[in-house]
Amino acid sequence: MGPIAAERIKLTSTRAPWWSAAAALLTTAGTGLLFAATVAATEPVTVGATQAARVVGMTVLMVVAVLAVTTEYATGTIGTTFLAVPDRGAALRAKAVVVAALVGLVGLAGALGSWAASALLLPGPDLALDGLDEWRQVAGVGLVDAGAAVVAVAVGVLVRRTAGAVALVLVWPLAAESLVGLVPAVGPAVGPFLPFQAADRFLAGAPAGGGLLGSPWLAGAWFALFAAALFAVAVGVARRRDL
Amino acid sequence: MIEIRGLTKRYGPTTAVDDLSFRVEPGRVTGFLGPNGSGKSTTMRVALGLDRPTAGEALLDGVPYRELRHPLRTVGALLDARWVHPNRSARAHLRWIAASNALPSDRVDTVLEQVGLTAVADRRAGGFSLGMSQRLGIAAALLGDPGTLLLDEPVNGLDPGGVRWVRRLVRGLAAEGRTVLVSSHLLSETAVTASHLVVIGRGRLIAESTTAEFVDSAGERTVLVRTPQPVLLAEALRRAGAGVVPVDGDGLGLSVTAATPERIGEVAAARGLVLHGLTPQHASLEQAFLRLTGHDVEYASGDHDEAAAVSAAGR
Repeated sequence: MGPIAAERIKLTSTRAPWWSAAAALLTTAGTGLLFAATVAATEPVTVGATQAARVVGMTVLMVVAVLAVTTEYATGTIGTTFLAVPDRGAALRAKAVVVAALVGLVGLAGALGSWAASALLLPGPDLALDGLDEWRQVAGVGLVDAGAAVVAVAVGVLVRRTAGAVALVLVWPLAAESLVGLVPAVGPAVGPFLPFQAADRFLAGAPAGGGLLGSPWLAGAWFALFAAALFAVAVGVARRRDL
Repeated sequence: MIEIRGLTKRYGPTTAVDDLSFRVEPGRVTGFLGPNGSGKSTTMRVALGLDRPTAGEALLDGVPYRELRHPLRTVGALLDARWVHPNRSARAHLRWIAASNALPSDRVDTVLEQVGLTAVADRRAGGFSLGMSQRLGIAAALLGDPGTLLLDEPVNGLDPGGVRWVRRLVRGLAAEGRTVLVSSHLLSETAVTASHLVVIGRGRLIAESTTAEFVDSAGERTVLVRTPQPVLLAEALRRAGAGVVPVDGDGLGLSVTAATPERIGEVAAARGLVLHGLTPQHASLEQAFLRLTGHDVEYASGDHDEAAAVSAAGR
């Protein structure tokens, strides 16, 4: 697949993505251990608690995914990209696949790192990955990060400017969705359907009586569907745009 | 072959290209000429599928660019030499482009050699001079060994050696039977390389002809004559129907219009007058261009006064 090979070379032939991936890995694993240790002081640590810092890693990786698009617009290489692959859907799909694969792998490594560090360094608690739920809580982080990368690529295509797109992917999962949840009456009804809240429910499970998205797998599918829909919108816009 | 048919492109209220039609045939260099802002780049961007036409179409070997499967094997383009990631090496830049169209990876080394960038291939492209960036852009255009090339201002930023190199390269590509369209606002530069011209102003076609026809149609030819008997020769030529103006300098030069060099020689021989020099002066492409596009200069800058001065001198 030509476009995928091209995107792989693009992503691996500058240093910034590597540094960012390393930073995401270290902060997730390090902060994860810190959180788990804090929890361990008062109550038994669960497998889920070792992933308490996953949003930090996801945010860094979303910025990497945004930059994979917006630097193309900033440097003009997007012109070269569309000359080489004039089917913009194919060009952007290739980018999303490659970026999501890298981000997913780094996210998975970070999640396993957080878990392993906690399991090794915290005395006592049983952190064995001995069930589907436990695996979902750890390995699922890689899936959520991959989905978040697709969202970030779509945001990059729609916004094009680095500053705006980065601001959006920082504010959205970290603040905007929680704020909606605080709106009286509307918040609790809409909250579970917000994409990053759904991703949370996929990993942590929904509170009892969680309604339509009560099953973690349904919540995960909802998040994936949202990422795919936003990406489709971005491709549609890019197709219609001049350059 | 490139075919532009009834192409119109508007950006909001601005009409960049207005019902433009022309054809670019293989086997020769066609110059795409127009002042800055006349719509050359827009035409190329639409032809290459980057911008969508408001009306009309652009076909490359009969197919719109966006429908080509591995477009770089059919069409090579240089639109903007700065379309490169500054932290990526020249080689990596060409490698990803080659991979995107499933081109064999040895093409990368071949084109690097062809444009003379082999020695700096692993340096980051952000450190390149404009001339080196132009060479890298040309390398990218040549990567797929395409039968059609569209080059937007390829000599921009090149030193004289680089300019000569581009001229040779472009002529060589056409001689191999490829279709070559080279845009420029440098009229004299275009005349050196292009045998055919497409001239536009304000997005409209002004002329589509051979370079020689364009120059002929646009200005009268003059012949510079040197003679030790300027007064007698001037009188004889005027009687033969030619226009004669003395040339500044030592008083031995005449600028003659409305007479071929042959006719001037015959007139001189009939009167037994001595000629020391007989030099046909072609109307410059600049003059021809200004005559035809005088009212079509979108961005009249300081050049405008110069243009007025030249056309006044022409009259």
